Amino acid sequence: MSVTGTNLPRHELLALYERMLLIRRAEEQLAQDCAAGKLPGPVHLYVGQEAIAVGVCAHLEDRDWITSTHRGHGHFLAKGGDLGRMLAEIYGRAAGICGGFGGSMHVADFSKGIIGANGVVGGGIALATGAALAAQLDGDGKVAVCFFGDGAANQGVLAEALNVGALWKLPLVLVCENNGFSEFSPTATVTSGRIVERARPFGVPGVEVDGNDVLAVWQAANVAVRRAREGGGPTLIEARTYRTRGHVEYETTFITEPYREEAEVQAWRARDPIPRFASWLLNHELASSQELEAIAQAVAQQVAEAVRFAESAPEPDPALARGSMFVNPR
Amino acid sequence: MARKRLIQAMNEALFEEMERDPAIILFGEDVKASLFGDTKGLWKRFGPDRVRDTPICEALISGMAVGAAAAGRRVICHMMFGNFVYTGMDAIANQAAKLRYMTNGQIKLPITFLAVSGGGRSAAAQHSDAIHPVLANLGGIKVVMPSSPADAKGLLKAAIRDDDPVFFLQAAGRGGEPGEVPEEDYVIPLGEAAVVRPGREVTVVAIGSMVRPALRCADILAREGIEVEVVDPRTLVPLDRETILGSVRKTGRLVVVDEARDTCSFASHIAALAAEQAFDALRAPIRRVTVPDCAIPFAPVLERAVLPDAERIAQAVRDTLAFGRSA
Ligand SMILES: Cc1ncc(C[n+]2csc(CCOP(=O)(O)OP(=O)(O)O)c2C)c(N)n1
Repeated sequence: MSVTGTNLPRHELLALYERMLLIRRAEEQLAQDCAAGKLPGPVHLYVGQEAIAVGVCAHLEDRDWITSTHRGHGHFLAKGGDLGRMLAEIYGRAAGICGGFGGSMHVADFSKGIIGANGVVGGGIALATGAALAAQLDGDGKVAVCFFGDGAANQGVLAEALNVGALWKLPLVLVCENNGFSEFSPTATVTSGRIVERARPFGVPGVEVDGNDVLAVWQAANVAVRRAREGGGPTLIEARTYRTRGHVEYETTFITEPYREEAEVQAWRARDPIPRFASWLLNHELASSQELEAIAQAVAQQVAEAVRFAESAPEPDPALARGSMFVNPR
Repeated sequence: MARKRLIQAMNEALFEEMERDPAIILFGEDVKASLFGDTKGLWKRFGPDRVRDTPICEALISGMAVGAAAAGRRVICHMMFGNFVYTGMDAIANQAAKLRYMTNGQIKLPITFLAVSGGGRSAAAQHSDAIHPVLANLGGIKVVMPSSPADAKGLLKAAIRDDDPVFFLQAAGRGGEPGEVPEEDYVIPLGEAAVVRPGREVTVVAIGSMVRPALRCADILAREGIEVEVVDPRTLVPLDRETILGSVRKTGRLVVVDEARDTCSFASHIAALAAEQAFDALRAPIRRVTVPDCAIPFAPVLERAVLPDAERIAQAVRDTLAFGRSA
């Protein structure tokens, strides 16, 4: 891990650790719930990718915009969303952050600047570009960050966003989380060249970063977000990572052909961003093992409380299923 | 009142609203040059921050409209021709129409999409679709179809002031049509149909571009002693069911005219509503006058053959009146 990260004050380093662990423990809970048949609908977990959302969102305020994806629990929590209301949403409860109208793929808290979590792969790219235009016109230094996958990088709208973003110097940070797979297709089988290079013809800086190194992500995002805030225009960050769980929970029940080697998964587990950062903190004597244990316990308690809240929340009223299509229905 | 062309009325609405509300921005392809005349002069008056030419990238600009609206702007997004809505469709169908619902009302999206819709100009199959049934079926998009300059101005202002995504569809080739437009600032609320010509015997509901041939048909039939009531829904979403059904209950006969293809035309929806909710009042089967299920052809004679006109409407009216009269 990068030594320059030590420039960060200790409490901020520990906050990065705490946030990654919170995402991890919350999703381990969801994995269990899913296996127990408690969760309606598909669930895509972020396990192994936590360093990206946390390292990027550490630079953002509530007023900054992000767009998220079907694999969005990590973005939601990293941007400051409430865990209990996220779980309630995934359980399909009225107290959910979207009242049970969104579910796992769409957890979004607009008051935290989250402009939706998209079930349409690549669907957030244009939204973030539009939010960046609004931010630019506001003229107060806000930025828009778009999280998307390597699969989404193959949607044509990425080229459109790079073109307009560069042309208008929009305060936009495009964060491609290359986790090795586009659903069940290994990235290399559906992606030509390197994603990070796709920025170059538009004159947009492209930065490749180890997505399992929270400090490396933090540093890349630091440069990109500052550049955007200062009017320097967009940046494309390609964060290399790996999805250690399935594309979707339950996938082993319907997948007929294995799409990866177990050895590969194990190799990446050894690079898990969370224990990796823990060792780094310990080796640099920035935290004691007691301190990390205390964080782990606090996180476990937070998750347990959130689960209690979500599980005891009532289901939505079916009489209200028509929901809020319009501000003014008539 | 002053006599103005429809496109001028739209242009005035845009000027007045952008003057009134500095949060409004407008963008699209060649809005500065203004292909149709609706956005003429806006760039000069309001500058490049608020009025922008975009590259040709409908998937992006429709999505940017959603993102910028979510982030606090009031957005006018010009999609040029209705057929180009298809290349920008994800952000319209999956984002604009869904984001508010799936966040349980957390996000409001004040967007007016402008597009020219329909045929009649030998623009051929890829520039002539009447796209309103597609849009109306999305559920989360309001759909406005003005048929006169006065309505165009009042409805466009209402669309811009509305906090929801609205598609404002200008009938292709009708921008030059003149009409009396009030001088004062006025708004025509979305969801209010107009009875554009009262009559006792047959209700003709005519959508958008079809209002004019329907009125011509009413003139023709008046000479035959037949009294036709012409109803213009003006907005399809929200739809003023009361006015439409009220007219049907009064006349007992219904003809619906729509420039959409027959299968799943909006006329089908209005016919179904009348059949479900005013069946007891109907004295004859409902007739729909639509475009056959083919693409819109190029050659003027071919195009005229598929688009509804006053004579086809008149024949449908005569048919409903003949029902049950002779053996
Ligand atoms: C437009 C669209 N096409 C296809 C899908 C089906 N789908 C869901 S997730 C996914 C893979 C996305 O890969 P990537 O963008 O790399 O994100 P990851 O799942 O790896 O996080 C696909 C193809 C979809 N949801 N949306």
